[in-house]
Amino acid sequence: MTHLPYIAAAYALAVLVPAAYGLAAMRRLRLARTRLAALDPRPARRETRRETRR
Amino acid sequence: MTAETSAAPGGFEMAPRAAMFRSVDALSSLATPAPPKAPGRSLHRFANPGRFLRLAGALQPWLTAGGLILTAAGLVWGLVVAPADWQQGDAVRIMYVHVPAAWLASAGYLGLAVCSVLSLVWRHPLADLAAAEIGPVGAAFTGICLATGSLWGKPMWGAWWVWDARLTSVLVLFFLYLGHIALIRAFDDPTRGYRAGAILALVGVVNLPIIKFSVDWWNTLHQPATISLTGAPSMYLGMLWPLALTALGYTLVFAALVTARTRAAVMERRIRALLMAAAAREDGAVQVAA
Repeated sequence: MTHLPYIAAAYALAVLVPAAYGLAAMRRLRLARTRLAALDPRPARRETRRETRR
Repeated sequence: MTAETSAAPGGFEMAPRAAMFRSVDALSSLATPAPPKAPGRSLHRFANPGRFLRLAGALQPWLTAGGLILTAAGLVWGLVVAPADWQQGDAVRIMYVHVPAAWLASAGYLGLAVCSVLSLVWRHPLADLAAAEIGPVGAAFTGICLATGSLWGKPMWGAWWVWDARLTSVLVLFFLYLGHIALIRAFDDPTRGYRAGAILALVGVVNLPIIKFSVDWWNTLHQPATISLTGAPSMYLGMLWPLALTALGYTLVFAALVTARTRAAVMERRIRALLMAAAAREDGAVQVAA
């Protein structure tokens, strides 16, 4: 394959940057959900009930 | 009213009020003919954070799974199966990441502008949060577009960067994204930051047609568009399919990222409101005790 280093670098960037954003978003969402559940347990309870029903 | 409150997983106070307004509306409609619906009124159905969280929570797994599967399939197809270009060799495979990133950089900014209109004209409360979350994701995809373009340009043009109209207008788009991110964080009052960011986003929309038509208006080193909405693509189908797959997959990944970030932002706003209410209650209790 010609120009392999350029291709590898481009694909690595295209995969790693969205993956890093995805992991950061998941972490932020989990943290927000935990903090919200600690402050206001009603929505969390409802969400848990809905998850169990599924 | 109890049923209405329990239906909102956010547990927010807007749900019972909405039910009350609906019943008042129903009574008034008996006496007088219904006034014409204001444009954008139905948009406020999704202003309820509980409804938004419910809808976004249901959409999220589909967006994520679809985005990952399509992107992976498109990238593998483009990297392994699709043929090399007779002129560019295997370097053409960079197209399968560069072009979708470029499309999403522009589409993301268009999304930012739509949110800005919703915020400035209809004061949609979720539009500000969505705009604030589109900014960093759009900037990341614009960064990917610029970096992969540079990695494609070096072996093909012999230069990492040229001050070509297409490249320069995309760089301006990147700075517009960064400016938007900085501006909405620059004020103590978040509402003022959102307003300023929305105005910048709308001013920056003028850059989108410049990006699109730069290759036609100026004599650029960057090649003109090979795919258009009106004409048949001048690209071999064996290359077009993986490109379409990656573009669709990347679009779903973009949507999944923005949805996840907006969900987190809605929850964080609720957390701030609860903490402020608790602090106000404590202050009141201290004053009464004194």
